[in-house]
Amino acid sequence: MVPYGRMSVVSLYRDEGIVLRTQKLGEADRIVTILTRRTGRVRAAAKGVRKTKSRFGARLEPFTHVDVQLYERRSLDLITQAETIRPYGEPLVSDYPRYTAGTAMLETTEKLTEEKEPALRQFLLLVGGLRTLVDGSHEPRLVLDAFLLRSLSVAGWAPALDECARCGSRGGLRGFAIASGGAVCGTCRPPGSASPAPQTLELMLALLRGEWTVADESETRHRVECSGLVAAYLQWHLEHGIRSLKHVERV
Amino acid sequence: MYEGVVQNLIDELGRLPGVGPKSAQRIAFHLLAADPADVLRLSQALIEVKEKVRFCKTCGNVAEEELCRICRDPRRDENVICVVEESKDVVAIEKTREFRGKYHVLGGAISPIEGVGPEDLRIRELMQRLADGAVTELILATDPNLEGEATATYLARLVKPMGLTVTRLASGLPVGGDLEYADEVTLGRAFEGRRLLDV
Repeated sequence: MVPYGRMSVVSLYRDEGIVLRTQKLGEADRIVTILTRRTGRVRAAAKGVRKTKSRFGARLEPFTHVDVQLYERRSLDLITQAETIRPYGEPLVSDYPRYTAGTAMLETTEKLTEEKEPALRQFLLLVGGLRTLVDGSHEPRLVLDAFLLRSLSVAGWAPALDECARCGSRGGLRGFAIASGGAVCGTCRPPGSASPAPQTLELMLALLRGEWTVADESETRHRVECSGLVAAYLQWHLEHGIRSLKHVERV
Repeated sequence: MYEGVVQNLIDELGRLPGVGPKSAQRIAFHLLAADPADVLRLSQALIEVKEKVRFCKTCGNVAEEELCRICRDPRRDENVICVVEESKDVVAIEKTREFRGKYHVLGGAISPIEGVGPEDLRIRELMQRLADGAVTELILATDPNLEGEATATYLARLVKPMGLTVTRLASGLPVGGDLEYADEVTLGRAFEGRRLLDV
């Protein structure tokens, strides 16, 4: 028999996080995936959230930075309370290119994190990325590519951009070989590797380091080439596609 | 596990949305005990719905003929089109008896994370309906969630050059609710859409 004192212990926990995805569950519920600051990625049920009079309202919509209380259960946790910290979705949804870039950020975050494995750096990166996307000071696709490159870096897969991925030499970088881990020199370059313009590699490096003046001054053709390389590099490492990427619109 | 046909029935019922294994078993035994005529009526209704129901050629709503009941009705206003995500949204709006125009069912909402883009919805068909210039107002009645809002933004941008009036359903506080429980986004929208009280 369970001692009386033990029976009153409930596994409630509180955390803050960004809502990554929602999926319909039953008649009026949703499964909400949240990347939390301390617990990592959490999948939890939100009861009655699809009803117009739900107490959660728009608090559990994707992109919302939310303060949540959850009840730990054997399968899906249960969201018992939610308060908005900042609703990033509202300004994003009225600007279609920003919205599509934002969804790619959420999907990548979901794929790069494990359930209930703390991922503080990825969480902080996502909050920063959404804040930059919302304030509108840079082109959305540049913000997305910067986010993807830094997410790869957090995961330990940062591409070599200012030295050869194979021999480490700093000069004569002629190609970009995904399987080798980034830029490669003329000697190490494997057959079939891409031949990006030197300005494209400079742009990728600027995005990885957060040098926005360099990135903002780049030409459209180098931005397009950069996006293609980043997407291919990311999806090679993830071993599956990011579905949102093909829907991202360039301004 | 039950024998043959009974287990088959339980398995098939268990594939329906919201029906778990226990419910499937309960329904199966209810059908076994029911009057054969009742069960026959149910089975005929199931077969008929698959045989007769199709999608309206014009609006994409469920229909028994080439055009749905609303598209066939000459009393409906041809100049106003209300865009919804699903056929069940048509039913919800019809219940209000407030709208006398026609509908366009998109078949979902733009959701890049689920791999659903604009080309997967009936947007091309909508643009064809708007092409002759007869429609003067387009009401965007997609769901008031993130995907519905993004779909509405996309459509508004797409039809802007056509010069017709594009409206969005109002969102705000639900009737009968308490103000203190409203979330920031909903309350913000309610303030944005406040109206003059003319007494």
